[in-house]
Amino acid sequence: MEAHAIFFYVFSIIAVISAIMVTVSKNTIHSVFFLILDFISISCLFIMIGAEFLGMIMLIVYVGAVAVLFLFVVMMLNVAQQKNQWFNSETTSSSHIPVGLIISTIIFFELIIVVGGWKYKPELSNPNTTQISNEISNTHSLGQVLYTDYIHIFQISGMILLIAMIGAIVLTFRRREGVKTQSYFKQISRERSEGIEVLEVQSNKGVKIDD
Amino acid sequence: MEYMNLVFEEVYKILFLLVPVLVSVAMIVWLDRRVWAFVQKRQGPNVVGPFGLLQSLADALKYIFKEIIIPASSNKIIFILAPIITMTLALIAWAVIPFGEDQVLANINVGILYIFAVSSLGVYGIIMGGWASNSKYPFLGSIRSAAQMVSYEVSIGIIIINVLLCVGSLNLTDIVLAQQNIWFIIPLFPMFVIFFISALAETNRPPFDLPEAEAELVAGYQTEYSGMMYAMFWLGEYANILLMCALGSILFLGGWLSPIDLYPFNLVPGAIWLILKILLLFILFALVKAVVPRYRYDQLMRLGWKIFLPLSLTYVVLTASYLFYFNLLPTL
Repeated sequence: MEAHAIFFYVFSIIAVISAIMVTVSKNTIHSVFFLILDFISISCLFIMIGAEFLGMIMLIVYVGAVAVLFLFVVMMLNVAQQKNQWFNSETTSSSHIPVGLIISTIIFFELIIVVGGWKYKPELSNPNTTQISNEISNTHSLGQVLYTDYIHIFQISGMILLIAMIGAIVLTFRRREGVKTQSYFKQISRERSEGIEVLEVQSNKGVKIDD
Repeated sequence: MEYMNLVFEEVYKILFLLVPVLVSVAMIVWLDRRVWAFVQKRQGPNVVGPFGLLQSLADALKYIFKEIIIPASSNKIIFILAPIITMTLALIAWAVIPFGEDQVLANINVGILYIFAVSSLGVYGIIMGGWASNSKYPFLGSIRSAAQMVSYEVSIGIIIINVLLCVGSLNLTDIVLAQQNIWFIIPLFPMFVIFFISALAETNRPPFDLPEAEAELVAGYQTEYSGMMYAMFWLGEYANILLMCALGSILFLGGWLSPIDLYPFNLVPGAIWLILKILLLFILFALVKAVVPRYRYDQLMRLGWKIFLPLSLTYVVLTASYLFYFNLLPTL
């Protein structure tokens, strides 16, 4: 039991410190790396409370895909060179701080409402209609709930994600003119007759090939 | 005291797994070069030791004694972390590989997800190495490799779903035990082919070695690395290749099960069968390296997103419909 507590505190301290470092560190790339560390320690916490499926999915989706794309974008846009100008710039009046303050205040109050409701009115937030047995693994129990009771919600969220994906592709798609593209079908379906031509060449006359 | 004994026992088990893995990584490098050479009618490394078996050891010694050069304009912490992360991730995935009915370091419920997660983290070593070098070629190599690995992970994940539909469990031991009647390579043969090609792309092997295409990018993300740090990248890469071979033999070739469940074959320990299957897959990897030319980058992306993804998704639908129609879906 002590080992459990020790591991819990280690992971949560790492998670909190790296979350702070995400906002504090001056180099954007370092921020992304701290974000990754944060994701990893949170998935460790998930595994510790017995939700190993959620922890692994967190690793695969957030660390393995989302954060890679984050890193990709940050590296490509070269925002690493932008030093921390937000707090000490003199030329431009910074508009980031008020917006950030408003958003963080809203998140803070939302957290207070959620945590307060969870603490003082547990019957509101926890309907507990599904029995979770300890005999089957939580992957099985998740699947049984997700694909039976909540199938419509699950499908609708899938559709929303699909529409968002199509929208993102449509917004960024542009057809450029004059770009040479390779058509595999054309290449493979070329016949010998249209590719080469055999000519009788008379000596000292030569053949004129039109381009 | 009780804790200490537990810790020592675990450390002993881990060493018992990792030392053979590291030694076999060294041997596999030799095998790779030999197979490559035999295809091209050369001899390959045959001087150091019998049949050149000690070649990798000599190479390792050379790397250890070389100086580690850290470029002045690099980001030093990330530069040093990158090979460490690559190698650590390549080794920790071996914790869940079962070598027999109970011969597994950590028999966890979500073993296949664990391997998938660790192999998807592998891209960080490459990105970090390429970015921290602060130079053009490594950066281009790492950007290429990030896109490549993310794309091919998608198709590997869907192929794994195919296998999981037939098994009904995420545990690797259960996956092997579900193949006692028939290996999954027979009903899922198209998926095995796609898995093999995706594994080549995932481990940056030829013909998909664009991150380190030596003709265009010198050595890709490894350009600025030297000495032991380069060797760690190298070890991590080959450990990942072995891991992919092990995953392929567990998912499709029946893991530690013997090919025929008859008298003389039963006596051979399961670990030997698993090692033989891993070797078979690895020799295929090495042969592909010798015979196939490198892909162009747009062809690579086209193959991943336009061909493998639709094919494997269609196969998921087919497998699920088949299992549902004939009432073969695995129960709890």
